Amino acid sequence: MLKLIDKILDSIQLLGQMGLARLQALGHAGVFLLSSIPWGGPGSAGFGDLIKQIYSIGVRSLSIVIVAGFFIGMVLGLQGYTILSDFGSEAALGSMVSLTLLRELGPVVTALLFAGRAGSALTAEIGLMKATEQISAMEMMGVDPLKRIITPRLWAGFISMPILALLFSLVGIWGGAYVGINLLGVDEGAYWGNMQASVEFYDDVIKGLVKSLVFGFVVTWIAVYQGFNSTPTSEGISKATTQTVVVASLAVLGLDFILTAIMFGSI
Amino acid sequence: MRTRLMELAVGAFMVMGIMGLILMALRVSGISTADSGDKYTVKAYFENLGGLTERAKVSMSGVTIGRVTNVYLDTEDYIAVVEMEINKSMSTLTTDTSAAILTAGLLGEKYIGLTVGADDEYLEEGGVIEDTQSALVLEELIGQFLFSKAEE
Repeated sequence: MLKLIDKILDSIQLLGQMGLARLQALGHAGVFLLSSIPWGGPGSAGFGDLIKQIYSIGVRSLSIVIVAGFFIGMVLGLQGYTILSDFGSEAALGSMVSLTLLRELGPVVTALLFAGRAGSALTAEIGLMKATEQISAMEMMGVDPLKRIITPRLWAGFISMPILALLFSLVGIWGGAYVGINLLGVDEGAYWGNMQASVEFYDDVIKGLVKSLVFGFVVTWIAVYQGFNSTPTSEGISKATTQTVVVASLAVLGLDFILTAIMFGSI
Repeated sequence: MRTRLMELAVGAFMVMGIMGLILMALRVSGISTADSGDKYTVKAYFENLGGLTERAKVSMSGVTIGRVTNVYLDTEDYIAVVEMEINKSMSTLTTDTSAAILTAGLLGEKYIGLTVGADDEYLEEGGVIEDTQSALVLEELIGQFLFSKAEE
């Protein structure tokens, strides 16, 4: 009997420990973010480092984002046409494709791709730096590794993500136009005209960009934090990389609901 | 040389972002510079708006000439007030212009259709359109129909 009570108490204690550990990790990640956002400090990264990171995070994600955007636009055109033609309103295809992409799919799918393509690479790179003791070496030389390694990567993520999401939506709209107009025979004037009538620059384009900015922020933050705090072994790095993709994807999907509720919904 | 190529690629990436935004603004959301010209505001009172909202179109003969900017209820007369902005290029709306709330298509959005009158005076800033026709509300129509049937 006493043994059982002991076991129950142990598990309750474990639960509390886990909760506290999570809370501490969140606080740690917050401090980590706050201290690595501003530029400057001993041996801090220069403008050249930012360019280099935008290249490896943004430019090299361009191909996957553009190809994915085009195909998703084409699928939206195809699926939308099938449903809309039941009601004889194929003319609304342009508005449907563009609003879906600008408000939801553009930011969300780009963020998921971004987490998989750029986020995992960031985590693995920083984790490997840690495993090969480059980070300790920097500290020995009096260089702040946060400023030197994390700051340019964070900023590169913030800058790249909205651009990628914008291009994703743009390419998707053209993909939808290609399928709708050239393959299915929707009137070209109706496609673009209805789109222009229903898409508002501030309400749809800018709000979508705000979403992608938040997603870029969160995904990059999670990626660099996971890399910087990984266990410096090959197993630890692989675990951190997996964690980055899983946590970042879930964070994006969860945040998407909150942002949609705030910006578009009336909750 | 490699750095140069990399910098060029990043520069091109940034330019693509800006171009994308411009393309989005002009081609997708259809912002046109001609539209943002001078405007003047007129008011109209309606018995029933039937789903007319802000930013709805104001059109004449099917051509959009303005937008609804504000919709509210006059708390003294309990009547709906619609404020709309009309492009300055349409400054020759006569004072006896009539306004009706119409529906685009069978299920489309509500908009205001203006029909020009024959007066020789024109509406000015803050002018009121006197001759208005409320939105058709399907339930009321059905109610009237049933009532007239019952009388027969």
